[in-house]
Formats: sequence, C-alpha cells, structure tokens
Amino acid sequence: MSEVALSATALDKHFGGLRAVSGVSVDVHVGEVHAVIGPNGAGKSTLINLLSGELFANAGRIMLGDADITRLAPDRRARAGLGRAYQKTTIFPKFTVHENVRLAAQARSPHRLRMFGGVGSDAAVRARAAEAIARVGLAGREAVIAEALSHGEQRQLEIAMVLATDPRIVLLDEPLAGMGQAEARGIIALIASLKQGRAVLIVEHDMDAVFALADRLTVMHDGRVIASGPPQEVRMHPAVRAAYLGDHGADA
Amino acid sequence: MMPRWLVPLVLLAIAAALPFGVSTYYVQFIGKAFIMGMLAMALNLAVGHGGMVSICHAAFFGLAGYVLALMSPGYDPASLVLTLPVAAAASGFVALVIGALALRTRGAYFIMVTLAFGEMMFFLFHDTDIAGGSDGTYVNAKPEIAIAGHRLLDLASPLAFYYVVLALLIATIVLLTVLLRSPFGHALAAARDNERRARSLGFPVYRIRLTAFAISGAIAGVAGYFATAQFGFVAPEMLGWHLSATVLVMVLIGGLRSVTGPLVGALVLIGLEEVLKASTDYWKLAEGLIVILIVLSMPNGVRQLWPLIFGATGDAATRPARVPAEANHV
Amino acid sequence: MDLVTFGVQLLNAVQYGMVLFLVASGLTLVFGILGVINLAHGAFYMLGAYLAYWIATYTGSFALAMAGGVAIAFVVGLLLETVFIRRLYGRDHLAQVLLSFGLILSIDEAREILFGKDVHSVAPPAWLAGSFQLTDNLSYPVYRLAICAFCLVVAALIFLVVTRTRIGMIVRAGAENREMTRVLGIRFDVVNRYVFAVGIALAALGGIVVAPVSTVFPGMGDGMLILSFVVVVLGGIGSVAGAAIGALLIGLTDTFGKVFFPSVSSVLIYVLMAAVLLWRPNGILGRREV
Ligand SMILES: Nc1ncnc2c1ncn2[C@@H]1O[C@H](COP(=O)(O)OP(=O)(O)OP(=O)(O)O)[C@@H](O)[C@H]1O
Ligand SMILES: [Mg+2]
Repeated sequence: MSEVALSATALDKHFGGLRAVSGVSVDVHVGEVHAVIGPNGAGKSTLINLLSGELFANAGRIMLGDADITRLAPDRRARAGLGRAYQKTTIFPKFTVHENVRLAAQARSPHRLRMFGGVGSDAAVRARAAEAIARVGLAGREAVIAEALSHGEQRQLEIAMVLATDPRIVLLDEPLAGMGQAEARGIIALIASLKQGRAVLIVEHDMDAVFALADRLTVMHDGRVIASGPPQEVRMHPAVRAAYLGDHGADA
Repeated sequence: MMPRWLVPLVLLAIAAALPFGVSTYYVQFIGKAFIMGMLAMALNLAVGHGGMVSICHAAFFGLAGYVLALMSPGYDPASLVLTLPVAAAASGFVALVIGALALRTRGAYFIMVTLAFGEMMFFLFHDTDIAGGSDGTYVNAKPEIAIAGHRLLDLASPLAFYYVVLALLIATIVLLTVLLRSPFGHALAAARDNERRARSLGFPVYRIRLTAFAISGAIAGVAGYFATAQFGFVAPEMLGWHLSATVLVMVLIGGLRSVTGPLVGALVLIGLEEVLKASTDYWKLAEGLIVILIVLSMPNGVRQLWPLIFGATGDAATRPARVPAEANHV
Repeated sequence: MDLVTFGVQLLNAVQYGMVLFLVASGLTLVFGILGVINLAHGAFYMLGAYLAYWIATYTGSFALAMAGGVAIAFVVGLLLETVFIRRLYGRDHLAQVLLSFGLILSIDEAREILFGKDVHSVAPPAWLAGSFQLTDNLSYPVYRLAICAFCLVVAALIFLVVTRTRIGMIVRAGAENREMTRVLGIRFDVVNRYVFAVGIALAALGGIVVAPVSTVFPGMGDGMLILSFVVVVLGGIGSVAGAAIGALLIGLTDTFGKVFFPSVSSVLIYVLMAAVLLWRPNGILGRREV
C-alpha cells in the first residue's frame, strides 16, 4: 500500500453540546485523492479545520508522516507541508493575482520574513508563483486585483496559492462550489493531476466529480464516518445509500 | 507638472533650507512637528500596515524620554551615542512585552488592552517617585556627541537639533519604506488583510505582528527621546493616552496605507492646533468637532483629496484602505 | 489587620466594584449590541458627577440631582446616537475610537465652559449622611452602604433585562453574531438609539452615585474609562456576568492592594489583567475562540 501522508485517529470536536466530529479516523495516502462526502452539517469542514489546525480537537491524534501535529498551530502545519483551500473563498482581496500567489510562494521560502530587499527580488519565489498561476489557468490575469475576479477565478486563485506553497498534503473544501461547467472541468483535471507525489483530501458535493476523482471515499453523517473505502464499494454500502446517496448512488 | 520622483527631493530641499528663511521659533516648531510626524509614522506601522489599532504608543514615546532624563547626569549633557540606543531599546522592549500580551486578543479587545497597559505605564511614573512623580522632571542639558572632551554635536544649538531631527525623519522614512517593501512587510500586510489566509499559508502571524509592534515602539521611543531633549522636560502626561489618540488622529488624517502620510497628518494637525489656539479659547472643542468631522467625512484621510490635486495614482501601497468592520483582524 | 478593619476594607472593595460594574456594564451593553467601542464612556461618568454637583448645588436635593443627571445624560445619549454614533455602525474600530476621542475633547471643553475645572464635593442626601460607629475610632458612612444596596438593585435590573428579554439575547449572542439576531425581527435603529442612551445614562449614574464619596474633578472620566476597559477585558466582551466578576475583582485588588502593597497598588490591576490575558485571552467568561 502507498505511503500514508496524513493520518487522523479518533478525532472528536464538540461545539457546546453539538458533536460536530466524533470518533473520525482518516488516512490520506500519497498519490491518491481521498474524497469526503456527506450531507450539509455532517462535519466535513470541521474535519478539515481539525486537520489544518484551525480548530483543535477535543480528543484524537493527527500524524503528519512520523510527526505528531495534534497540538501544532496552523502556520506550523502549513510549513510542515499542509496546504488548504476554504469552502468560502479565502484570499487577499486587495492584492493582485500575482501578489496573492507570490505571498503564498514566499511563505515557503527560507527568506519569507526577510526585512530588506524588495519582495520581487527572489527569483525562486517568482518562478514558483508564475508556475502555479499558469497551472490553474490564470496566466494573463496576474495584474488583476483579486476582488475584481469572477467567483470561479477566485476559486482558481485560491488553488494556485495552495499550489505555490508546494504542499505534500492538499486539503480542498468544496473546490467546485459555485463554478461554471467549463471552469469546473478544468479544476477537476487539475485536481486529478495534483496527486502526483502528493496526498489530496477533497470535500465535494458534486457526485460526478467525486466519482471521477476519488481513489478512496469516506462518507460522514452527523459527525461520524459511516463508511470508508474504495468508491465502488462505498457506494453500495447500505447505510450510505440510506443516509445520504439515496437513489443518486444507484445511477451515478 | 513635476515628475513624481522630484517631489520628495524638492520637499527635502525646502526642509533643509527652512532654518535660513524663518525665525528660530518656527524652526523649533517645525522640529517639534517632525518629531510628532516620526511618532505618527511609527504608530502607523502598527495601525495602518499591521492592522493593530494601538492606543499606547505615547507610553513608548514617553518612556524613552524618561530614560534620557534618568540617564542625564545632573547638569551635564548626556552622551547621545549611549543614551539614544538605550532609550530606543527600552521602548522597543516594553512594546514587545505589552504587544506579546495584547496580541493574544483581537479587535476591540486589542484596543482596550493597549489602552490599559499604556495607562499602566502612565501610573508607573505618576504614582511612584521615579523621576519626580506626577510633577515630572527636567533634562537640564541637551545630549551631545563628544569624543575626549571635544563636542562633535551639541543639540543645544537649535540649528543642529533641527538637522539631526530632519536626518532621523528621513532615516525613519527610508527604514519604513524598505521594511514595507520587504517580504516581511508584505507578510505583515497579508496578515492584516486576511489573517486566516496568511496563517494557513504558513506565516507566523503572531510573531510577525509582534515584531512590527516592537519596531514601531522603538521608533516611537526615538521620537520621544528627541521630544524630551527639545522640551528639556518630561512628565507622565507624555505617556498618557490622550497623546496616543491624538497621534492616531494624525495617522487617520494622513492616510493609513502610506509611509509618509502620517507625517503630513502630523503637520496638518499641529498646524491646525496652532491656528485654533490663536483664534479661540475653546480650541479643544473646535478640535474635537473637527476630528469628528474628519472621521465621518474622510475615512481614508486627507490623502483622498490628493488625486484631485496631483492627479490619480495607481500605486499599490496607496490602494484605499478597506473601511468596513471586517477589515479589523486585530 | 483586625477583623473590623478587614470588614471595612471588604465593604469598600465591594462598593467600589459595584460602581465599576454599573459603568462597565453600560460599556459592555453598547459594545455588545451596537458593536461600537466608545471611549467617551468615561467622559459621561465625569459629566454625571458634575451634573450631580450642579443640580445639587442649585436645588439642594441629591434625589433631584440623581434623577436630573440621569435624564440629561439619557437625552444627550439619544441625541449623540442620532447625530454621530449611528454613522459608525459598520465602520472599523479606528473610526469609532477617533470619533469618540473627538467627543471626549468636545465634552471636556463643554464641561469647562459650563462648570469650570474646579474640584468639587457633593453632600450625600441628609437621611444617608450619618455613619455607623464600629469601634471607638472607626466608623463607616451609611452612604457607602447605600451605594452597595442601590447598585445591587440596578445590577439585578440589568441582569433581568439581559437574561429575560430579547434585547438581552442580543447582548449574550455578542457583537460577532449580529446576523443571527437580525432574524429576531428587532428594529435595530430604534433599539440602538435607546441602548446607547441607556449605556450613557449608566455611566452618568455611576458618576452621580460616587460624587458624595469621592471628589468631582475633570480627569475622573479617564481613570474610569480605563478601569471599565479592564473590567471588560477581565470578564469577556458581551458578558454582563463577566463584567460583574471583573468589577469585583478590580475592587478587591485595588482596595487590598492599597492596604498591603501601597507602593505598587496602581499597577496591580494591570498585573491582574496580564495574568487573565495569559490564562484566558477572551476573558474569564468570554467565549473561547477555538
Ligand atoms: N465554529 C462553530 N461553532 C459552533 N458550531 C459549529 C461551528 N462550526 C461548525 N459548527 C456546526 O458543526 C456542524 C458541522 O459543520 P460543518 O461545517 O463541519 O459541516 P459540513 O459537513 O462542512 O457542511 P456543509 O456541507 O454545509 O459545508 C454543523 O451543525 C455546524 O453548525
Ligand atoms: Mg462545509
């Protein structure tokens, strides 16, 4: 079996009395796209927040390779090789496309906090930024202020930022949400290509995309994992059909 | 019209020639305004560029003044080379400690916490008998640079004082410009605009902000050192939050997204105070109302009038500040 | 310290804390509902004290001073909200800070024009003017006890409003969750105006109540503003119960600090604040961020 890049065991997260995530374990493997699906409020975003460090788990353990990152702050996790995109687009709206992606590339540079020399002077950073922009298809839009981009382009920009940090594990929360057909097709192809040398965890409601992309599928419901495994097995799982897929699973 | 790069040179030439055109009173007045401009630019590193609305910079300003007072040997001048670094370091260190605590909070909390810690510094000098307690203390001789008894620089001369302040003002502008154009400066701005995104990219937001806050406090200290040297006197009021808020007004007038804007704001506000004081007994009432008017009518400072005067500019650094509440990340 | 002295100090601490709570709860209410951070809050505390002095001097009645002072503050609050504060909704904290700073400058000068800058004292109402003889050389003013009782009543009222009414729900939800409360169908423009006025009136009330036990002087608002902020930071924004805890903590720290550590007493409450920030950055009863 391929190498496990990120491994979470028995994660719990409560908000007051609400158990948003309870007893969830996932392994994300290098070279695979691992999709997490589930109805609204199932706890998918909360799970991603636990993995990225935005929220701390009430219980459970998260391993990044051999390192225990359970109590590590999000920026430390990012520097350890974890990149994420948010369900609600999270970019620097007042910066240009180029500046946004360059900041992302800078974050992984050894000189990320150097106090002298212009930001543009680091050729390696510039190159990584340009590559990421080209890869998501935003070439030619570098000088546009991010908030002036279309919604779909902003989603692309956010993925470009994640790419520019050169992560080993990519967490994507509904990357296709609100995208047009054509844009979505491009992003699906991009995501499929991401797993080369990386582990990808994706939360997505678009079932066609999920089944096109996923090498492994985890279904959540009410904060719990109700099934996990290869997509073809999971879609036949009775609990999954009852709880979530319904008829959709039969003809997807 | 003048090419843009020429503007600072012309302004600099005017500033350098000034002592030959006006009386000593005005040389000192402009010197004082420059010192306040330095303080305002320092504060804006935290407020405008870092998104940290601090109301305790007067504490860093005044603390450096006290360091000078305490290090001045009686009626002899203190050594500038020795006391200035100590004063700046003391202010920077206190900013580091206050910032380390205050940056654990966000938004309105941050404002309240900085205000409270600033007042703590005020009470520290007001209620204890360090350096004269509530009365303050005199700095009898202005600091100097001397080697083996030879005076190289004596700040007691108004002309020398003015040029030293001007040089430091330029140094501050250069330092802040370099800093803000560096990777660090962009990371700071990124954290201000979207803290969550900055952090998830891998930027250590807390450390970045704290560093900027401490640098800002140290520069405020340099300003306070020279303010004290100029007045020859330091009192607890110099650390009080009314001064912090006044400097914040200068920052707002000058515009949050530039390096030199707050300097303009300082000149405008100090000039305005001078005019008001001369024309009415109730100048504080007038000033208060003017401040309210500025806040309500010019959220981006008088800078937003500049495009009307100089023509539009597309400079990234001066892109208008985003005003809605969501811009408050700290 | 013998038991009687200790008891007296404890009473002082509680009385101080209660007044602090009165003023700070006004600040918390305004911040919690309007989302506005009002630096001029302390100025209204000062104004309340001067109004009390002024009305009491002319009418000779402390009761009238109290009613009149609160009423005037309330009306001024309504006016200020209508003219200035409402333009701040949705603006950033910096604008709020500076506008309220402008208000402070204006109010201070208005006070100087109207009442001068002298230090005054106000007589407590005659029926509360006496004191209890505790020991041969120790007595305790009745008025201070009356402050405690009065503040308790007001505090109870505040708690009732916060826990039993829809407006209270908004306070408890906190400024961050304002969208959530929008669905409750509350007329925000009207509520805001009255909440601001009530907040201001509470600050003034605090100033009026303490006028007979402390002096009335121009700078009294500044000190109170800072203390109110510390109360809010200790207790947690939007938490009225937190404000009560914070206020009592400060009352105790300050009073006993002056007894046991006179040389550093003025710094002690800030040490307390630093400790709470290290321990719970969002305040003792504040919502945890993560
Ligand atoms: N910060 C929070 N505080 C309180 N409750 C929260 C918080 N974040 C999420 N929740 C609750 O936790 C549950 C899980 O939310 P989550 O966002 O993880 O669901 P999701 O599976 O991502 O849903 P969706 O498909 O709609 O994005 C929901 O009931 C949500 O209301
Ligand atoms: Mg979600």
